[in-house]
Amino acid sequence: MNFKLKDIVPQLITVLAVVLVFGFFTYNAQINMENRGIDFGYGFLSQESSFDVQFSLIEYDGSHSYFRAYLVGLLNTILVSVIGIIIATILGVIVGIARLSPNYLINKFAAFYVEFFRNIPLLLQIFFWYFAALRALPLPQDAEAIFGVFFLTIKGLYVPAFIWQNFNIFFYSIIAAIIAIIVIRAHAKKVQENQGKQIPVFLISIGLIFILPLLSFLIGGVRLSFEVPVLKQLATTSFIYEGGVSLPPELIALTLSLSLYTATFIAECVRAGIQGVGKGQKEAAASIGLTPNQVLKLVIMPQALRIIIPPTTNQYLNLTKNSSLAAAIAYPDLVLVFAGTALMQTGKAIEIVSITMFTYLTLSISISILMNWYNKKIAIQEK
Amino acid sequence: MSNINFLKPDRTNLNTFLYLGSFLFFISILDVFLNSFFRLNLTGFLPNFLSFLLPLILGFVGLYFIRIEYSGIKNLDLLNKHINTNNFNAVLSLLIIFIIIKSLPPILSWFVIDASFAGDTKDVCTGSGACWTYIKVWMRRFMYGMYPNAEQWRINLSFVALVLLGSVGYFATDKFKKYLTLYYVVIYPLIAFLFIFFFISGGPVFFDFSYGIIAAILSIIIGFFIPSKFKFYYFLIVPLALYVILKYFLFFEEYIELGKLDGLNWVETGAWGGLSLTFIISFFCLIFCFPIGMAFALGRRSEFPLIRYISVGFIEFWRGVPLITVLFMSAVMFPMFLPEDFFIDKLVRAIIAISLFEAAYVAEVIRGGLQALPRGQYEAAKSLGMGYWKMHIFVILPQALKLVIPGIANTFLALVKDTPLIFVVGLLEIVGMLNLAKTNPKWLGFAMEGYVFAAIIFWIICYAMSKYSYNLEQKYKTDR
Repeated sequence: MNFKLKDIVPQLITVLAVVLVFGFFTYNAQINMENRGIDFGYGFLSQESSFDVQFSLIEYDGSHSYFRAYLVGLLNTILVSVIGIIIATILGVIVGIARLSPNYLINKFAAFYVEFFRNIPLLLQIFFWYFAALRALPLPQDAEAIFGVFFLTIKGLYVPAFIWQNFNIFFYSIIAAIIAIIVIRAHAKKVQENQGKQIPVFLISIGLIFILPLLSFLIGGVRLSFEVPVLKQLATTSFIYEGGVSLPPELIALTLSLSLYTATFIAECVRAGIQGVGKGQKEAAASIGLTPNQVLKLVIMPQALRIIIPPTTNQYLNLTKNSSLAAAIAYPDLVLVFAGTALMQTGKAIEIVSITMFTYLTLSISISILMNWYNKKIAIQEK
Repeated sequence: MSNINFLKPDRTNLNTFLYLGSFLFFISILDVFLNSFFRLNLTGFLPNFLSFLLPLILGFVGLYFIRIEYSGIKNLDLLNKHINTNNFNAVLSLLIIFIIIKSLPPILSWFVIDASFAGDTKDVCTGSGACWTYIKVWMRRFMYGMYPNAEQWRINLSFVALVLLGSVGYFATDKFKKYLTLYYVVIYPLIAFLFIFFFISGGPVFFDFSYGIIAAILSIIIGFFIPSKFKFYYFLIVPLALYVILKYFLFFEEYIELGKLDGLNWVETGAWGGLSLTFIISFFCLIFCFPIGMAFALGRRSEFPLIRYISVGFIEFWRGVPLITVLFMSAVMFPMFLPEDFFIDKLVRAIIAISLFEAAYVAEVIRGGLQALPRGQYEAAKSLGMGYWKMHIFVILPQALKLVIPGIANTFLALVKDTPLIFVVGLLEIVGMLNLAKTNPKWLGFAMEGYVFAAIIFWIICYAMSKYSYNLEQKYKTDR
């Protein structure tokens, strides 16, 4: 009896404390809402939102519902996160490798970059790019074309739009190429295990991924043309570009600062990962006659990735969460559209803040579950 | 291996190659230098494209000529080893040198040469450079926010006093060393708290502090008679319960006035701001988030499943949401959860929100340290007959915390870098003040100077902290 009591009492007390705190909060919330005449419920999601959003990936205007506004914000958040993750990864890997370079100048340059950007608050960087750097860009009528087709102006970046014909066939050709590569890889592995022969898989893969889509152009009737943005005069002093795709300056400032900032952390992860592989591993691999490329591919990278991937996933998560700083420069992301404008209009503080938090929570927990699963899979099995 | 050394130096003809190579290298750098500093283009007579690439080509050939395995000349060998190991590295080195030379003049002229420092109106800023006058005029606002000018000595004095009190640890003799933890965990925060409330705020402190003090003293006295097994839970619950009983059932009074210092005017928290607010917030959040984080780290490794689940839930919840939504919550949602007559200042709300948020990160960092300790440590402590708390306080935590110093420092760095976000609840620290100053009609158009100034300040703070944490890490490193 005594033994059981010792186990149960602390848990009971803790649970009781949590329940009491939550009960206290709920009780107060009920009273407060009654006093202010607010009713709790998610019915407002289907009501007409009657506010407009500057930049959206799906069709949206004031006549759509609040739920649609939520989707617009969510998609904008995802857009900025995905672009940011891609740029940050590329930059981070380059800088991380550069930090290990034997070249003194490159090494120091990379170190300078990392120390500089990681020690300045992200919000300050976003403000800097948005309010200071991008405001110094030329007006649309004065902008010079970059490579003849891009226009970087104070009103945003204008890029040509792709206009596809028979896009499906192009898409299928890429999928076919990927499947072919997987098959060839499996075959090559079998051949090597059975006969010890090596097939140049990498070259064949590169060839496939270029040749099959190219064939789709030649045979499949896929056509690609560009729509170049053209300057158009609205009034005597007001110009805009028409056609093409326009990226608003908010998006540019946000992706730029997010990726520059996160790249420093990814660079450190990459550096730690490569340094974490013991020197003995390299020497052992070289001594059994592997070529430098094979050493990198078969010995260093698998071990380095084991160290690199978990913290890098964490950085991706951070980037996604940091994209909520968009609200500070009025980029219409989830926080601005939903927790900002929609909250102001409906006054449903509890519902809207909880939906917003729950959305971010779902995003991060799903990524972290994935990460934990991967982590378990690649971890060294200790006896 | 081919024996043909096409245009490669060896020991015999080294001198010729050395002169030729360094001459070409020198010419290439001179060309870029003259071009960027004096706007002279030596190679202007060439076609545009060639004139642009010529320094790179010359420098590349020059570096190629002087690349040699071992020459015996110290400087040359150093150069070859560090920036000239192969063709690819040579090109990269050249590019970096050129970028540095190219970017120096504009940066220098913007920062110093064309910048204006004198005067105190916008009119002096006519040059193309930075207008540091703007920073000079707005300096007090950036440092102290809307805090009245005449009262700013109060902030200065408090900060100096707190820094001095905080540095006690350096001068403590061995005799007092064992009390340092107690000092830093309990006494120092209390002193800081009093300083902020009586001195910086200066208002009559309407605070139900006194009930708290009575409850604390009573519960400590009774605590002596509680068996040590239940002491933790006793202290978790009884002081709070006593406080509630005292406040709501015995005395019924709303507040007790603790009084104020004579001669000091009240400055409401809305007027606080600038860099000093950054310090205040970081300081308190650090103090609060550390014990909370430690508790949840232990909770996550607890053997009781319910406590473990609650801790995991807490940690994953705060780690999963962005800070800005947490602050939104503290601004719009939190007041709904409190009794109607109960008002919490928005600064306090922000500090609570940031502390809880960072505590989750601290918890994960500490859990990493706990996991890294070998099982033998736990088993050894248990075999000595230590209970849970004794084991953790005397054996586990000292070692685990030593392991996680860099992680804790990183979390704290993140905290300092997150403070600008408090603009969400309407508090303006230095970045917020910059945005305010930027829209002042008298000083339009100096956004760049402001952000550069704030960036420099933050950079210095954060860089110093990261170097300090690195030193700490080296100091406490114990080989195992």
